[in-house]
Amino acid sequence: MDLMIPDSGLLFWMFIAFGILFLVLARFGWPLVTGVVERRNEKIERALADAASARKLLATLKQQEEKIMQQSRDEQTKVIEQTAQLRQQLLDEAREAARHESRLMLDRARAQIEKERDMAMQEVKAYVATLSVAVAEKLLKKQLDPSVRQMDFINNLLEESAKPEA
Amino acid sequence: MQATRRSILIVLSFACVMMAGRTALYATPAKVRPPVDVKHLILEHLKDSYHWHLFSTEEKDIGIPLPVIVRSRERGWFFFLSSHLMEKEEYEGFYIAGEGRYEGKLVETDLQGQEVRPFDLSITKDVLALFFSCGLLMFLVLSLAKWYKKQEVHGKSEAVPSGLMGVMEWFIMSIHDGMIKKCVGKDYKRYAPYLLTAFFFIFLNNVLGLIPLFPGGANLTGNITITFGLAFFTLVAVNLFGNKEYWKEILWPDVPVFMKVPVPIMQIIEFFGIMTKPMALMIRLFANIFAGHIVILALTSLVFLTVAMGPVINVSMSAVSVLFSVFMLALELLVAYIQAYVFTMLSSIFIGLSRQGSHKVKTSYAVETNKK
Repeated sequence: MDLMIPDSGLLFWMFIAFGILFLVLARFGWPLVTGVVERRNEKIERALADAASARKLLATLKQQEEKIMQQSRDEQTKVIEQTAQLRQQLLDEAREAARHESRLMLDRARAQIEKERDMAMQEVKAYVATLSVAVAEKLLKKQLDPSVRQMDFINNLLEESAKPEA
Repeated sequence: MQATRRSILIVLSFACVMMAGRTALYATPAKVRPPVDVKHLILEHLKDSYHWHLFSTEEKDIGIPLPVIVRSRERGWFFFLSSHLMEKEEYEGFYIAGEGRYEGKLVETDLQGQEVRPFDLSITKDVLALFFSCGLLMFLVLSLAKWYKKQEVHGKSEAVPSGLMGVMEWFIMSIHDGMIKKCVGKDYKRYAPYLLTAFFFIFLNNVLGLIPLFPGGANLTGNITITFGLAFFTLVAVNLFGNKEYWKEILWPDVPVFMKVPVPIMQIIEFFGIMTKPMALMIRLFANIFAGHIVILALTSLVFLTVAMGPVINVSMSAVSVLFSVFMLALELLVAYIQAYVFTMLSSIFIGLSRQGSHKVKTSYAVETNKK
């Protein structure tokens, strides 16, 4: 039964020993240990949060970079397309201008030729008129010979006038 | 493979030590051995005593004499070594009582011729073990604290301890974060020192109690005085700082008025509640450790009990006894942790409840614990 009854002497020393143990550890032991570890945990947590935000920032930066790259690529293709278009246009325009020019030159040449021909015709006509006048002159000079002779004469004249032409 | 061999070696050597120790203790020089009084043997190991018995030779017991400090009501203070009591039956009128009310305690005979106990502040085996374990715990924790301080001085405030210090840090923080913080609630910082001290005091003493060699082996946490002291501290911690809500729950709980006045039924019940909580803590720790020690000692006693049955049974039963003792010691190691944990956790919960706010907070706490 004495197992179940607390012993006064042991209890006395228990209070003293445990009390001292508690006071010493509460003052110099536990708060220091838990404080250090809690501070360390906080630091680790903060570091982890920082790392996470840095990773996030990096990801956004990468995304932006990707976006900028894509933009510049698009720009490049657009510029190339535009250049090709412009070149085509310029070529077309040049070709058109050349064609126009050549047509103009042809037209001018044709007009020149026409003019030359007209002038030649004019000369021919003038010559024929002169001839006719000469023939008429000669006819008038002969004045009304016998008809057969007249006819021969005309024929002669005609032959005569035609000769230089032949 | 090597690990298994090593563990077998450890177990065998451990068993040898145990058997050798026990055999030396109770071997008597006479050829004819008296029957072994197992009950007496076990209780002797579990109880406190005035000197620390180490081992016995054929002629005499070898032990550490301890100081006896007593105050006789009639003759004043006395201070002497317990070796005087061992050599002679009586010293300065004091002797250790045999059968009876004060069995195993120091008594004297007063003027009326009656056996009385003097006021006894002797440094007994348990007191010495108590000093030793307190000193050891203080040394361990303070050395860890000192290590941190040293690192801080060297500018390495982020250094993490390794080895034994690392284990201690992990152990302390697992109790601090895993139990105290959760069970006590928002002002856990105020109670953490007491709860940590209680946990490690109980755990260290449980483990030291399992070591059969000096300075272990004292059955400290299986002694009701020690558990009474611990329970008393918890009682103080719970009630001294209990808030208004806590006292209102006790003195004027939310029940129909006829249960509170004129006969204060509820108040009486609540008051018993205050007492029974630490009482349960006290009995639980004491009974668990005490029972564990009894089982281990009883198994060890098989070796000596079966001597009379002939060498074959004796040897085979010894082997069985060693195997079971090892198993029980492993189990007790688990119990050492569990009981320390349970004591501290229940203390934390009682403290937490005494610091709760109104009913609403309590309900949400209950819901939270139910979810878990």
